[in-house]
Amino acid sequence: MFKKSILYINLLFLLTISFSCTDSSESNENLVDNFDRQSMLENITDNIILPAFEDFREKIEVLEQSIITFSNDLDLNSLEQVQYHWIEAYKTWQYIEMFNLSKAEEVYYIQKMNTYPATISKIENNISTGIYNLESNNNNWVAQGFPTLDYLLFGIEDNTTNTLLFYQNNDNIAHLKYLKDVVSQMVSITDVVYQDWVLTRDIFVSSTDNSATSSLNTLTNDFIYYFEKGLRTNKFGIPSGVFSGDNTRSSKVEAYYNSNVSKVLSLEALNAVKNFFIGQSYNSTSSGKSLKDYIEYMTEDTVLTSAIITKFDESNELINDLNDNFVSQINIDNSRMIAVFNKLQEGVVLLKTDMLSVLSVSVDYIDADGD
Amino acid sequence: MKKTIITYFKRQTNAAPLAVFRVFFGLLMCVSIIRFWSKGWINSLYIEPEFHFSYYGFEWIQPLGLFTYILFIICGISALLVALGYKYRLAILVFFLSFTYIELMDKTTYLNHYYFVSVISFMMLFLPCNAQFSLDVIVKKKSYKNIPNWTIDSLKLMLGIVYLYAGLTKINSDWLFRAMPLKIWLKSKYDLPYIGQTIVQQDWFHFLMSWGGMFYDLSIPFLLLYKKTRSFAFVLVIGFHIATRILFPIGMFPYIMIFSTLIFFDSNVHKRILEIFRRVLKAIEFKRVNLKTNLIQINHYTVHKRFHFVIICFLFFQLIIPWRSVLYPGELFWNEEGYRFSWRVMLMEKAGSANFKIVDSITKKYFYVDNKDFLTSVQQKQMSFQPDMILEYGHYLGNHFKSQGHKNVSVFVESYVSLNGRLSQQFIDPNTNLMELEDTFKHKYWINPLNDEIKGF
Repeated sequence: MFKKSILYINLLFLLTISFSCTDSSESNENLVDNFDRQSMLENITDNIILPAFEDFREKIEVLEQSIITFSNDLDLNSLEQVQYHWIEAYKTWQYIEMFNLSKAEEVYYIQKMNTYPATISKIENNISTGIYNLESNNNNWVAQGFPTLDYLLFGIEDNTTNTLLFYQNNDNIAHLKYLKDVVSQMVSITDVVYQDWVLTRDIFVSSTDNSATSSLNTLTNDFIYYFEKGLRTNKFGIPSGVFSGDNTRSSKVEAYYNSNVSKVLSLEALNAVKNFFIGQSYNSTSSGKSLKDYIEYMTEDTVLTSAIITKFDESNELINDLNDNFVSQINIDNSRMIAVFNKLQEGVVLLKTDMLSVLSVSVDYIDADGD
Repeated sequence: MKKTIITYFKRQTNAAPLAVFRVFFGLLMCVSIIRFWSKGWINSLYIEPEFHFSYYGFEWIQPLGLFTYILFIICGISALLVALGYKYRLAILVFFLSFTYIELMDKTTYLNHYYFVSVISFMMLFLPCNAQFSLDVIVKKKSYKNIPNWTIDSLKLMLGIVYLYAGLTKINSDWLFRAMPLKIWLKSKYDLPYIGQTIVQQDWFHFLMSWGGMFYDLSIPFLLLYKKTRSFAFVLVIGFHIATRILFPIGMFPYIMIFSTLIFFDSNVHKRILEIFRRVLKAIEFKRVNLKTNLIQINHYTVHKRFHFVIICFLFFQLIIPWRSVLYPGELFWNEEGYRFSWRVMLMEKAGSANFKIVDSITKKYFYVDNKDFLTSVQQKQMSFQPDMILEYGHYLGNHFKSQGHKNVSVFVESYVSLNGRLSQQFIDPNTNLMELEDTFKHKYWINPLNDEIKGF
């Protein structure tokens, strides 16, 4: 009996081997039926991530250049140039922030570029002591990046004329130096992250397996995380007070000192999210394979994807109706900020629950049930 | 009738099958514990979380901080002693208690196969698994040739229950007519070599696996029972469980089932397996203890009179308890009332998101909770679609914020769940204050019903 079963086992193994052999010869033809995940990753990397980075890199360098010019000229025109380029770079940044993976994650790129609100006491302390290390990974997040520039360009005095006077004053030369240091750190860290993307592009697009660390899964998880935290919580949830209960926190809006741009920034962020989801190229209307196509391949219909896109569009409408300045919006009618938060939350549900479920993305590896 | 029953309980058989069962069970459990440890799960599942989900009535069972590691050491050593058959009765008792304690520490990690281990080790407590080929035999210098036949049959019956019930619960419209959730899971296995991009993506394959799985589970106990089909059935068992091992992350379970089903073979097979064990021991120079000399051969092992009564009651209980879900109204997969401990395996792809809102019931001021502050990602995932866990966590949050000085705390949850590929819908009634609810075995009326019907078991 036992010998017989051993025979059976051997037979079984032979069978599986022969089975898999015939399979491999057929696999090339059948691949057409299957969703090509690598071409999705290629589209996302080559047409969305890399072009956005190239554009951002240019804009942040232009910003640095304008700050250097300003520090030499110290006139109104060059200050206004700085302020203008700060807005332009900040808008483009909204297309970068969701990609918190590999090098960016390792060097805390996102945290260093855009942790808001900035802490004024920290900034002033850095400036007055002259001792600071902006590259360090665990402090100074609140004293660098866009929010710090926001403070130094718009918050240090109540208007541009006074800001110019402030920097023209020789006593404040350390502030001017800090302005230059912050932007130069932003340029160099952006360069580090960008170069890594270029270097690892091929590896990245070919990592399509379904494991917790594959490109496909980290990208998907980061996308959802950004939508929930970066967009929903940071831009709307925290300022409108839904996480603190007592009062609104208008001082926590993005770009607080130049809060006239807060709406523009969040619209850009939402646009970035939607483009990523539908696979639309950066700064162009052409599109390629995306998460949307992947979901439709899995569900064999468009019910879920159109529900998700509807949430994006409805959120867009609600944000469009807001005051350009979120601080004013919160003070006038906070309920409309909360309405946006709620609408985005409906999107979070679809992404986190429905999308993750149909894609079966591995999040954490522990044993699951079997039979 | 009465006579046949009495003669049945008197019937004797060779003790080898239980000895083989004991050795494999003990070794596999020991490996499981080491594997669990080496993956860092003791820390990530039991030490790191600041809050643990308890089973009803077992709230007093909590992880023991760093002593949890000692608990695992105790569990692993007792498993090894079970394999060796040294102080068997005590070893299996310690194993059963420590393993079950571990499983009761946090509901998040509930798995049917962990429950299976508890069930089997409880039964082994009453079975003479050390009658042959054990250190107890050497120490006491007594080896038993035969044991009561019913002791082996009880394990066969238990395994039969597991397979049969697993098969019965697959008879539902999602499993058979939508190939859900296998369709979702299989399609995501595109990274398997050879088959991942080809047959695993095909519709017919999803249905084949669903129907095949159902027929496999329903028929395997019978195929194993009859001598003519037994070898074929065992090949099926190996093939099936290895396939599930490749396709799904189910850890040690396939191996446990493969080795457990050996119990269906007659004692000649087991005698040969024991012979192989002896040769292995010899080969690794285990000569210092002379295995054969001075042993008194005793023909019959007498099992305590009350033991067969315990086993009968226990098996009866095992037959009944999976049916308790019929006592509840509504969709079982959605409400999960009576879902656990009933061999319902791989039947659902469920995902959810739950946002908790802490409201001051007088001023109506509220804020949302960031679940990350309290739960690990595994806990968040499991909690989001299981009503009893949502309630337990809701209470924890309420009490936490009360102790922080918040007044008039009420807790609401905005939760959405998607089941087997259906579009998500609101799960818990968002207007129910969780603080006013108690977890009971009564129907949870505060779950919004599923907007669909799943027919079948």
